[in-house]
Amino acid sequence: MVKIITPQEAVSLFCSGQTVMIGGFLNCGCPQAVIDELLKTDINNLTLIANDTAVPEKSRGQLVCAHKIKKAVVSHIGTNPETVRQMNAGEIEIDLQPQGSLAERIRAGGAGLGGILTPTGLGTSAQDGKQIINVDGKDYILETPLKADIALVYATYGDKYGNLAFYGSTKNFNALMPPAAKTVIAEIDELIEPAINPNNVSVAGIYVDYLIVRGNKNV
Amino acid sequence: MFDKDEVQEIIAKRVAKEFHNGDVVTLGIGLPTKAVKYLPEGVKILINSENGVLGVGNYQTAENQDDRITNAGGVGVTINEGGCFMDSLNVFGLMRGGHIDVTVLGALQADSQGNLANWCIPGKFTPGMGGAMDLVAGTKKLIVAMEHTAKGMPKIMNHCTLPLTAAGKVNMIITEKGVFEIVNQQLFLTQISPISSLDDIRATTEADFIVALKN
Repeated sequence: MVKIITPQEAVSLFCSGQTVMIGGFLNCGCPQAVIDELLKTDINNLTLIANDTAVPEKSRGQLVCAHKIKKAVVSHIGTNPETVRQMNAGEIEIDLQPQGSLAERIRAGGAGLGGILTPTGLGTSAQDGKQIINVDGKDYILETPLKADIALVYATYGDKYGNLAFYGSTKNFNALMPPAAKTVIAEIDELIEPAINPNNVSVAGIYVDYLIVRGNKNV
Repeated sequence: MFDKDEVQEIIAKRVAKEFHNGDVVTLGIGLPTKAVKYLPEGVKILINSENGVLGVGNYQTAENQDDRITNAGGVGVTINEGGCFMDSLNVFGLMRGGHIDVTVLGALQADSQGNLANWCIPGKFTPGMGGAMDLVAGTKKLIVAMEHTAKGMPKIMNHCTLPLTAAGKVNMIITEKGVFEIVNQQLFLTQISPISSLDDIRATTEADFIVALKN
């Protein structure tokens, strides 16, 4: 059984210096309640793995603005001028990764793979420092697995077994981060009793440790 | 002279002629998205958005707002009948795996080798590559849709001077002045826009090209 906690209790699971995966694509599907509580703490020096750094006034973007992120492994920062400013000022380390490769690296981290081979980024700076492997006459970049101490994700629906299901385009990175982290916190809009129909489960409950029932649809 | 919006509409109209009925299409944010307005009669396309929406519909209105359905620009959209939502793994598999017929992207520069630069101006502008590198890795046809020049400087180069998004992947470049096709790392001018001329294109294009006009 998953443990149902409050956003305040969730914050006690975080420590400065951790590597944290946070779901969401720009402002869609963000675990905002826990982020709001994190902003009240002095936790910092986090390594963020996420699709993007959102916008300054929302979710992952707020963590950047509050100087809680030491390093961000992301595919896009263009919607958050503060990330760009901190990068140019040397206040944050930005490791830009192609979005699909980032997703596959997270999958590799959770799925027991030693990496994945992708043509994405061949002939560009995205291949710098990475191994090129030729398979049947074609070159691929070896992308290595990513793991985290904590995955903080959003889901529309959850149940007491930890199963998660999604509405609309909120699956994005939320659905693939849970297997890749030691501790998984899922923030949900609605708790389904007694359980989500097994046919509709996107993330198996065994990956999820803590559930926060947010009770609204403001994602 | 045309203002920026008018120039973009000219480009968008021409881009729309490249779509065929049933095509699965991915459009970059901004100018490429405008092409949807000009779809030829009888042509229906399935629009893919890299945040995991296949079958993107219209923008949301005051009556149907739902912030759980957005496009890759974070703007609220609807999904068409027959569409589906995917996570980031699946949607990138779709793009990288060769299941997209046509991809249209904006660019800072494109060149006669089929190279594309659109994610970084070192020291000035680094939004990140987002999904662009994955998109171009697998699409069947890659169209660059962009204004012919930037502040008077050519954007169609012999060799891109900015960091690349893709090496050797561009099939077609559409600007307000004309249409170029790239075959075997050679640039062909295949159409001259009514608002331009061959002399104008020669004067504003850095790349060498072969004139091979099509009707």
